[in-house]
Amino acid sequence: MRWRVPLILLALCFVVPEAAHAARINEISDSTMAERALRFFSFQDPSLRNALIGSMLLGICCGLMGAFLVVRKLSLMGDALSHAVLPGVALGFLWNMSKDPVAIFIGAVVAGLLGAGTVQLIRNTTKHKEDAALGFVLASFFGVGICLFTMIQNLPAGNKSGLDKFMFGQAAALSHGDVMLLGGVTVLAVVAVGLFYKEYRVTSFDAGFARSLGMPVQIFHYSLMLLLAFAIVASLQAVGVVLVSAMLVIPAAAAFLLTDRLGSMLLLSALFGLCSGAFGSFLSFVGRNLPTGPFMVLAAAGVFAAALFFGPRHGILSRWWRQRSHSARIQRENTLKAIYHVLEADEFCRELATVTELAERRRETLEETMRQLAAVRRAGFVTISGDSLSLTPSGWQRACEIVRNHRLWELYLTNAAQIAADHVHEDAENIEHVLGQETVLKLEKRLNYATRDPHGKLIPGLSDIHQAPGAQGRATGFGASQSM
Amino acid sequence: MPSPAPLEVHDLTVAYHKKPVLYGIDLTIPQGNLIGIIGPNGAGKSTLIKAVMGLMPVSSGWVKVFGKPYKENCHRVGYVPQRESVDWDFPVSVMDVVLMGRYGHLRLAQRPTKNDHEIARECLEKVKMLPFANRQIGNLSGGQQQRVFLARALAQESDLYLMDEPFVGVDAATESAIITLLRELKARGKTLLVVHHDLPSAKEYFDQLILLNMRLVAFGPTQEVFTSEILQTTYGGRLTILSDVAQTLGAQP
Repeated sequence: MRWRVPLILLALCFVVPEAAHAARINEISDSTMAERALRFFSFQDPSLRNALIGSMLLGICCGLMGAFLVVRKLSLMGDALSHAVLPGVALGFLWNMSKDPVAIFIGAVVAGLLGAGTVQLIRNTTKHKEDAALGFVLASFFGVGICLFTMIQNLPAGNKSGLDKFMFGQAAALSHGDVMLLGGVTVLAVVAVGLFYKEYRVTSFDAGFARSLGMPVQIFHYSLMLLLAFAIVASLQAVGVVLVSAMLVIPAAAAFLLTDRLGSMLLLSALFGLCSGAFGSFLSFVGRNLPTGPFMVLAAAGVFAAALFFGPRHGILSRWWRQRSHSARIQRENTLKAIYHVLEADEFCRELATVTELAERRRETLEETMRQLAAVRRAGFVTISGDSLSLTPSGWQRACEIVRNHRLWELYLTNAAQIAADHVHEDAENIEHVLGQETVLKLEKRLNYATRDPHGKLIPGLSDIHQAPGAQGRATGFGASQSM
Repeated sequence: MPSPAPLEVHDLTVAYHKKPVLYGIDLTIPQGNLIGIIGPNGAGKSTLIKAVMGLMPVSSGWVKVFGKPYKENCHRVGYVPQRESVDWDFPVSVMDVVLMGRYGHLRLAQRPTKNDHEIARECLEKVKMLPFANRQIGNLSGGQQQRVFLARALAQESDLYLMDEPFVGVDAATESAIITLLRELKARGKTLLVVHHDLPSAKEYFDQLILLNMRLVAFGPTQEVFTSEILQTTYGGRLTILSDVAQTLGAQP
């Protein structure tokens, strides 16, 4: 697909090795917020570069993996896995009493897979479903992890272990090795997803069908879970055990609100992850050594909220707008219909109706009627001068169509559905606004081009719709031209 | 030597949690037939076709597809799963789903070619769903979704089709369109096995019937096996169902 190439390039340019021997960010002396912001954007500081690049890489790989979790309805799996890796981190530290990235990575991945395996085991051998299994694994592994962490803190070397960063994340504590690890995992994830996009998509959508094709569905599932474990473990240091699941789920969930294609969802999710990562590390730096995780998650949540409100198709705002314009249209059409009725009551002898007549007919105050007429005028359906109003050609056409829809539908209900004539009005009131042209033609044919509705009123015909009001033949009655 | 049967099932037993669902099924399906699989709920109708494709662990017995184990001939089998088996909110378009039918003909990591797209388009046209090609699959009616699954199976260009309740939740027009399509496939020498739950239409649709209730009750031409006696055996003492059937059948001209 087209989106794969830029994604791979993007990932590669972040992995360009960076020398990182300067002081940690926490050692940077006190300065004002503006100074720190300036420093952030100058990219002078190697450790700052590590933090920023690491956070962005984290956003990409978590975004990609998270998208699969969300579409597979496994969002909680990320949460359980991220908590389950904690004892592994502690054991990795205890291995040689140092924060060796490799040992911690291996320990954490093993613990994560053990957690995933336990979930599977509980689900397959007991009557518990996945949710209970995930809850159990999340809490118990996390508990063991906390115990081990406390133990390490009490050891002589534990005080300076920096293991506390694993809880809430501190991007500033990322070493060059950590960033390389994140880069490696991100490249792996991008390459795997890019290469096996087709396979991951079909196994996620319809595993049974994929297996019927002879695809090794289990291998793809476990490879995804392994990549997920890699992504979680590599991200721990920057975002923390507690919140890494948010970086998996939130960008993906936001992307899902905006698109209904997996390809663009992956791309958007990675992009949102990247932006949240960058934003989180920026805030954490400017705010002087604050934990990074919460800020990243807040940024991601901001993106989600924006997608929820402003999404072009499923967003709350656009839905509200569509609903509003829909009901405004119904209002206008009802007003048009009332004007038609006023003219009809006088057998179409005149072209002009008055606002007073209309208000009387609709049992409204003059103000209300004027307000609704103003909306109809804005749509170009009527012209108003003083108290008298006249329909424009398009207004006349629309009014005829609505009345025609209404009466045809009433007739259809009484004829075809055997509903009594005095029970059909309400239904027709609703359907008249949504009947399509094609349906109307079919209805008409089915009703044998009838000219009168169940109440004996004339149904305006096609030729009436295309004639201006007050034209010849009006007095002989509407729909007469259609009669057979 | 005649060419091997599209499907041969020998002494197939399938168990869920040690409870047998299918027991000692023996079947040899001849080529070029439209065959219905009927039986009461829980009779193992879906299980039978899933076990054939290895989607379910088999306790004993074997399955051969065109004379070979399923794995070796899976590209000759098309599958229509039950519509409820997938999440219709999944972010894919109608076209994407139909293209999945071509995956069996593609290598690992190989992308669908222009030719595959062309075939997918033709299959969509056959089920009259081409105008919906770019729709997300959730924005379709039940009948349309079923037609998408059918188009995907058509795109597999298989010789044996296994379909799990393709008529569930579809309107009458779609149902007759689907059955026309299935008959066309049969006329082209394809073999079709269709899990079906509606007895009256089963009699009308299929040349042969497999009557199943954990065991194979009967398999043969519809007019021979669609007797009240065999139906009684298949459906057990469920007289309410049977009398319904009798009524419906009686009402038919």
